[in-house]
Amino acid sequence: MGTLAAVPPGASAERWWSRARILVCVLAAIYLVAPLAIVLIISFSSAPFLTFPPPGFSLQWYENLMRNPMWFGSLLTSVKVLVPTAILATGMGTAAAYGLARTSFPGKAAVTGFLMAPLVVPVIIVAAGVFGVFRKFGLYGTLTGLIIAHTVLTIPYVLATVSAALAVVNRQLEDAALTLGATPWNCFRRVTLPLILPAVLSGLLFAMVISFDELVVSLFISTPIVRPVTVQMWSNIRGDVDPTIAAVATVLFLFSLCALLAEHVARRHSRATGHV
Amino acid sequence: MARPVRRGGYGWLIAPAVGVLLVFFAYPVFWLLLRSATDPHWGMQNFVTVFERPVYLRVLWNTVAISGMTTLFCLLIGYPLAYTMANSSERVRRLLVFVVLIPFWTSLLVRTFAWMVLLQKQGLINEVLVGIGLLERPVALIYNRLGVLVGMVQILLPFMVFPLYAVLIRIDGSFTAAAATLGATPVRNFVRVYLPLSLPGVLTGSTLVFIISLGYFITPALLGGAGDLMIAQMIERQIAHFGNWGLAGALAVLLLVLTVLLLAAMHRLVGVRTVWER
Repeated sequence: MGTLAAVPPGASAERWWSRARILVCVLAAIYLVAPLAIVLIISFSSAPFLTFPPPGFSLQWYENLMRNPMWFGSLLTSVKVLVPTAILATGMGTAAAYGLARTSFPGKAAVTGFLMAPLVVPVIIVAAGVFGVFRKFGLYGTLTGLIIAHTVLTIPYVLATVSAALAVVNRQLEDAALTLGATPWNCFRRVTLPLILPAVLSGLLFAMVISFDELVVSLFISTPIVRPVTVQMWSNIRGDVDPTIAAVATVLFLFSLCALLAEHVARRHSRATGHV
Repeated sequence: MARPVRRGGYGWLIAPAVGVLLVFFAYPVFWLLLRSATDPHWGMQNFVTVFERPVYLRVLWNTVAISGMTTLFCLLIGYPLAYTMANSSERVRRLLVFVVLIPFWTSLLVRTFAWMVLLQKQGLINEVLVGIGLLERPVALIYNRLGVLVGMVQILLPFMVFPLYAVLIRIDGSFTAAAATLGATPVRNFVRVYLPLSLPGVLTGSTLVFIISLGYFITPALLGGAGDLMIAQMIERQIAHFGNWGLAGALAVLLLVLTVLLLAAMHRLVGVRTVWER
């Protein structure tokens, strides 16, 4: 900015600012990315304990992750939770988004706000409340309990993503289908759904990633028998640190990365084919 | 003969989501908040305890202090970052968005674990600092305030950068150009023209970071020491170790009230659209 003010004192301030800015950006980039890179590298370490740089390459921690029933069992529990969670949250979130977009009633803003509330209420409060109530419901320490809790936390993400897509769908297409005699269900399935499919899919992916990464609520309502992988990591991190954690961390990271890439591809594809 | 287009009748689609959230979200949260006034008996005794005992006052102070420091550092790092994103070529912009987005989508636990590895006594940072002779022996970088801040700032930086970027990208360059033509020095130009224009972004980002920090649990629990206990950890401790639901409820009420008040204030000042629209 201000290229016209080429007076010496100002120019030196400007140069100072642009240098400081570049320095901050480079340092910030290192600060943001380096820790992750180091975890990825350590997960392939041949050392029997956590050390950096690793003395050599090995897959021993991934082997341990697959062989050790404690780790593999918890990974399996996470998958058993995230699949139903993603399906339930996507179903209910998409239905709610469609319902909200195609009706108007007094208090609609309040209902929308309520459905987004799990994003605003600090998760520790949800966790503590759910722990207290789920013990009464008999849901404490069950897969069902974890699935329900994760569904609650992920509905807002699906709702937000799908609502944004529905807002730009051309309503005349739906009107045309209905006028030509399509039932509301057929109209949704054959006209609306194909248009919002990328958003529905990215909602599904977000729900899966969030469920896989969730720790705080799971910590409160899981037991050593039904224990997702993040809770297993949590209890190991605090004891003697086992480098298997780095392998789990890498798996979690790759899962998020794949979801992010899939989302990106879905959006690009939908743009290319002229969908929203 | 054309049939009239039938519209409406879709309202019931909202019911499943609302039902699930009522039973499994609103009820549990309400139940917990109610404990503050009913456990062990009706009254305000739990709130009195929180504001009377130094232990709890200390936790409240820690929470506000750590959140404030996190916000300040996020702003100091985030502003130049967002500025560069808004005023660079498409390539640099994309690279920076990617760099900020990657950690954003990585598990919190993974990132906190990474800091535990890096900052421990035998960790890389200590080894390098000792190796280049800056330190004589390894120093404690985690299980103290420094560790908490390093971890939290890294995790919350995206919440500062994106709202800021959304505002900075819309600042009309002709304002600063005009000021420069009229003889404003770059420093004066920035302080009097650019900074005020960017204030909504600063406000939104800071409020978001501060609010999220208030309820943080995992990072302070893993990277902090005994003196860095925050309100979320105290809630967990009251329930898991002491079974004191009343006090946990009172702390939850305080946390929620503070969160909602700050959100409402932000909503009032800048409008919610700037927050969610990138």
